[in-house]
Amino acid sequence: MTNRVLPWIVGAVLIALPFVYSAPYPMHLMVVVLIWSFAYTSWSVMGRFGLVSLGHGGFFGVGAYSTALLWNYYHLSPFLGIPIAMVLAVTLAIVVTYPCSRFRITGHYFALVTLALSAIVQQVATASRNITGGSLGYTPERAQGGGHILAFQFTDKLTWYFIALGVWAVGLFVRWRVDHSMIAYALEAIAEDEDAAGAAGVNVTSEKLKITALSAAMTAFAGGMYCQYQMFISPDTVSGINVSLQMVFAAVVGGIYVLPGPTVGAIITILLAEGLRIFFGTGALGWDNLVYGTLLVLFIIFLPQGLVGAAWTRLTGARRTA
Amino acid sequence: MLEVSGLIKRFGGFTAVSNVSFQVGQGEILGLIGPNGSGKSTIFNLLSGTLAPTGGSIRFQGHEIGGLPPYRIINQGIGRTFQIPRPFKRLSLFENVALAGYYGQGQPSRAKAFEAAERALTMVGLPTDRDAGIGGLGAAGLKKLELAKALATQPKLLLADESLGGLDETEMDQAADMLRRIRAELGITIIWVEHIMGVLMRVVDRVMVLDHGEMIAEGLPAEVSADPRVIEVYLGTDADAVQAAAVRV
Repeated sequence: MTNRVLPWIVGAVLIALPFVYSAPYPMHLMVVVLIWSFAYTSWSVMGRFGLVSLGHGGFFGVGAYSTALLWNYYHLSPFLGIPIAMVLAVTLAIVVTYPCSRFRITGHYFALVTLALSAIVQQVATASRNITGGSLGYTPERAQGGGHILAFQFTDKLTWYFIALGVWAVGLFVRWRVDHSMIAYALEAIAEDEDAAGAAGVNVTSEKLKITALSAAMTAFAGGMYCQYQMFISPDTVSGINVSLQMVFAAVVGGIYVLPGPTVGAIITILLAEGLRIFFGTGALGWDNLVYGTLLVLFIIFLPQGLVGAAWTRLTGARRTA
Repeated sequence: MLEVSGLIKRFGGFTAVSNVSFQVGQGEILGLIGPNGSGKSTIFNLLSGTLAPTGGSIRFQGHEIGGLPPYRIINQGIGRTFQIPRPFKRLSLFENVALAGYYGQGQPSRAKAFEAAERALTMVGLPTDRDAGIGGLGAAGLKKLELAKALATQPKLLLADESLGGLDETEMDQAADMLRRIRAELGITIIWVEHIMGVLMRVVDRVMVLDHGEMIAEGLPAEVSADPRVIEVYLGTDADAVQAAAVRV
């Protein structure tokens, strides 16, 4: 019962919220939380099936940089740039995942291979200084007048809020669809026993590639959107190991097996980072990573289902939640 | 239906299957027996695509299938069970079988997969309700689940691997009856690998005996059990075991 009604209530509240209260800073935080929630949900689309990727920082970075570079160098609207970025991320995902699957690189080893991917994207963005501005970061050119539909640039936070809200909702819907399709059975089976899954008729490599491609495409979309909203990207804020770890951490803290888990994870991690920044200023730079690391270990040991997952199990006593 | 000729599988310098040829006709139940390490399971893994042959050919309904990946072989109509049941613990009983029904039939509609799953579960005598877990299944129940998974793929040929291991005598008879019924009611051809000879000999039409990767006898159960080479192989292993036990004492 609550299961049916709750999403609609939450949706209605989120749509009504800016009409009641729309101070710029909280609005900004909401947009950032929604974009990252979408990214973390994208990660969990595959992460929940034991396909732990530390390469998503790479996909996010490809999304952000390709969108900005295509706009600045070729004046290609992000409406075309983001899809191209998604195709690039999917290509990258396939190049990495296909050999992993064929050579049975799974679990920790898969995480390590993908870790290299996010490091490589960061290195390339940092090293190609003449093109990307290197570690100083990169800014998409402003459209004339500050905001423009084709440039996918908007000056007011309200527009961004509704865009981010819509994208986030679509992200949740995509994951819900995946969780309730036959591919979810196949991926659960693959996670447990690849040979037995094969004997049940599952083409292990193709199913893994499908879910990885979907997850990478969504993450690249998030990267492109982040770039358009922030109008500034730098190698270490949109790519690299930090971004990847942050995704894993947020998703695990919120709970990877439950739909709202990654979103709750995003709220917690972003408020934590903002809180540390406000209370300690630049003196606490990087502290959030220390706190993340400690909490991640504690969560994996004591609360592997994450906050939402554990609460859900407590409330319903459900065998499995999806 | 199935023609195997000159099948060879080597692991490094070790030849697990050496030049084995046989045929299986439509609607037949073929028994495949032999002592431990004789190559029975390797042959199954070759037929089901888990392993690729080193040499020789496997033709199923006129098509070469040797070396194809497992999912392609299943979609052509060869289902298998594992010697040690391999259920998916994160899925419910029904989902385990529905998964096989969906992917094993080359991804038809969900409705068709569920229908196949229901039929398979009913056939083996397991509950078809959607929420039943696999936690409560004993050894016999898990063997039934293996069989249901294989049947849900709608095979034309079923490879049954040691269906009787770990079962008591009544359960063994029931399992043997089940294979007979599967052939009679569903018209599925069966190759049955088994350690326990007694029950197998009562059910199969024809039996093949392997030793050290080579086929040493083939024919009707009565002929094969009278074959001196077969007796030697089976008694030989037993004699070794008796000797080993005596030395230990």
